[in-house]
Amino acid sequence: MKYLTDRQAIWLVLLRLVIGWHFLYEGLVKVIDGNWSARAYLFDSQGPFSALFHSIASNDRILSVTDFLNEWGLLLIGLSLILGILSRWASYAGMLMLLFYYLSHPPFPGITYSMPAEGNYFIIDKVAIEFFALGVLSLFPTEQIAGLARFFRGKDQNHE
Amino acid sequence: MNEERKSKGSGGKKISRRDALKGLATVPVAGAVAYGAIRKSHYEHKINRLISDELGMSPAEADYILPPPGSREIRIGIIGFGIRGKQLAQSLGFVHPSLIDDWRAAAAADENDTRYSDFMAQQALNVRITAVCDIFDTYGEMARVAAGNLNREGTGARIADMPRRYLDYRDLIASPDVDAVIVATPDHWHGPMTIEAARAGKHVYCEKPLTWTVEETYQVRKAVRESGIVFQLGHQGRQTASYIKAREALQKNMLGKVTLVEVTTNRNDPNGAWVYPIHESASPDTIDWKQFIGQAPWHDFSLERFFRWRCWWDYSTGLSGDLLTHEYDAINQIMQLGIPHSAMSTGGIYYFNDGRTVPDVLTTVFEFPDRNMSLLYSATLASQMSRGKRIMGHDGYMEIGDTITIFPDAMSTRYAERIAEKVIEPGKPVYSYFPGKKSVDAVSSATERYFAERGLLYTYLGGRRIDTTHLHIREWLEAIRNGTQPGCDIDQGFQEAMTAHMGTLSYKHHKKVFWDGENEKIIV
Repeated sequence: MKYLTDRQAIWLVLLRLVIGWHFLYEGLVKVIDGNWSARAYLFDSQGPFSALFHSIASNDRILSVTDFLNEWGLLLIGLSLILGILSRWASYAGMLMLLFYYLSHPPFPGITYSMPAEGNYFIIDKVAIEFFALGVLSLFPTEQIAGLARFFRGKDQNHE
Repeated sequence: MNEERKSKGSGGKKISRRDALKGLATVPVAGAVAYGAIRKSHYEHKINRLISDELGMSPAEADYILPPPGSREIRIGIIGFGIRGKQLAQSLGFVHPSLIDDWRAAAAADENDTRYSDFMAQQALNVRITAVCDIFDTYGEMARVAAGNLNREGTGARIADMPRRYLDYRDLIASPDVDAVIVATPDHWHGPMTIEAARAGKHVYCEKPLTWTVEETYQVRKAVRESGIVFQLGHQGRQTASYIKAREALQKNMLGKVTLVEVTTNRNDPNGAWVYPIHESASPDTIDWKQFIGQAPWHDFSLERFFRWRCWWDYSTGLSGDLLTHEYDAINQIMQLGIPHSAMSTGGIYYFNDGRTVPDVLTTVFEFPDRNMSLLYSATLASQMSRGKRIMGHDGYMEIGDTITIFPDAMSTRYAERIAEKVIEPGKPVYSYFPGKKSVDAVSSATERYFAERGLLYTYLGGRRIDTTHLHIREWLEAIRNGTQPGCDIDQGFQEAMTAHMGTLSYKHHKKVFWDGENEKIIV
């Protein structure tokens, strides 16, 4: 990490923390709720992949697995990014989840959703931006700068 | 981190205090997020407890009975196979093969068009259509084919056992292979047909409104009561899950003293204004015009009047009987209002000036002095601004559609303490109900509300939405099998018809009309 200036490092850590914050809060709210389900969101899916998402929503067993993976996936990815442990893997997992969110609700011209967007988007929306930000984090790991990974430095040095 | 872990640091070197701080630096951030989530959950928990414990709203969904296996087959005769008659047959499980073709093509073109799969999934009711009657030859023949389409197939269907088509409804009613009759004719025929069927001991499902004239209303009630048949009036809204929940909310007094209820009709297209298409094969040769006229004043043959009969008082009950009745019946179901003390209507033909005699804009105010409240109905057929149903109480108000949402009133007495504690916030729903959602839940996110309004949250039976007309007919059939009375029985129908007639009479006479409850008479 010597090639990063202090300021670069601080901003990268902050980026990791805010994305982790977002994931962890979404995950916690869903886990605590207990009744949360992605069902309606999936039914709202449109665009070229909507058939896949609709079929997930209409199959109770697949849906319950999807709900579980969503709730705990968000929570654990968020925790990992904030605490700075296995954060590269968390970045990959987060990107995978964001990819699914993006494909289920692509911001393509002519498609409107139940939830009105709070801004105007053409192909790139905030999900896509978060996806690319996680891509950056996966290539510039900062958990050795600030994170629990510092305690495991001996075991896992491959990403330095 | 314990000492052991620390000593395992890089290269076996001890981790310095500085290193440890950097390692743990971000832990408080996770704590902050958790604190936020727990606070949110704590608030929601408090308000949800208020709803379920203090107000006592149950998480229960409406139950829908499944017919017991081995139930007896009911033989049905359908009178009228126009727009509504076709829909009712569909709710029974019978459609013309061409409709199956249309639905399949629509589903192939648009995966969101689920009419075909919904119909195929619709529960079989163990009924047969054994007789049909329509005075328009084309519809009469279509009805026979639909009734014989037992396997719900498209073109090329094996049509077996096509029922007999009767040219006169009296012969259909008299037929020994008919146990029960569905009346889906113009309004001026509802009364006479129901009376005839009741006298013949045939169970009746009659489209709304119950009657065309005030006088018939007494006769129909008398005939149904004396015969002991099972009668259901066609207000399928009775099966709407949100109305059933709204009734519970009122019984739990969530709104406090209710003084005003507002219901509306908002349509804005020719079809909604009853300007229906005229069938190409219709002519004096294919329509029994004399039978159509019945007790209505004579008029020469008119295709407009035949297909668009709702536009003329000669056959119709106008907005009051056609659409107000749905709204009134919903509120009567929720609040058990009964017949109002008075009615005052105004309105006119303001947009569809096409020769019709019934108004296309109507406002009626019904007074219920015993309940200290008014019911306001306002309708236009030339604007689709959706206004829904609103029940206004001192402690809160409720918006009812397919969902219900209850908002606390900022000046509420009942919730004053809770508002002061900030458990309840005026302007934010204190309770929301979406069919299919199992939990008692006050706090619905904006997202959920959007989804619910789009109908994306509904699950009634086995995860799919079910046509309320199907449920309403099913309730009638189960009542026939069990010897009970369904929800929209003749007494509810009597209240509905008298209320609608009061609205119409006030409009026609330009004056307030009254209900004399003791003598059961409308005073104009």
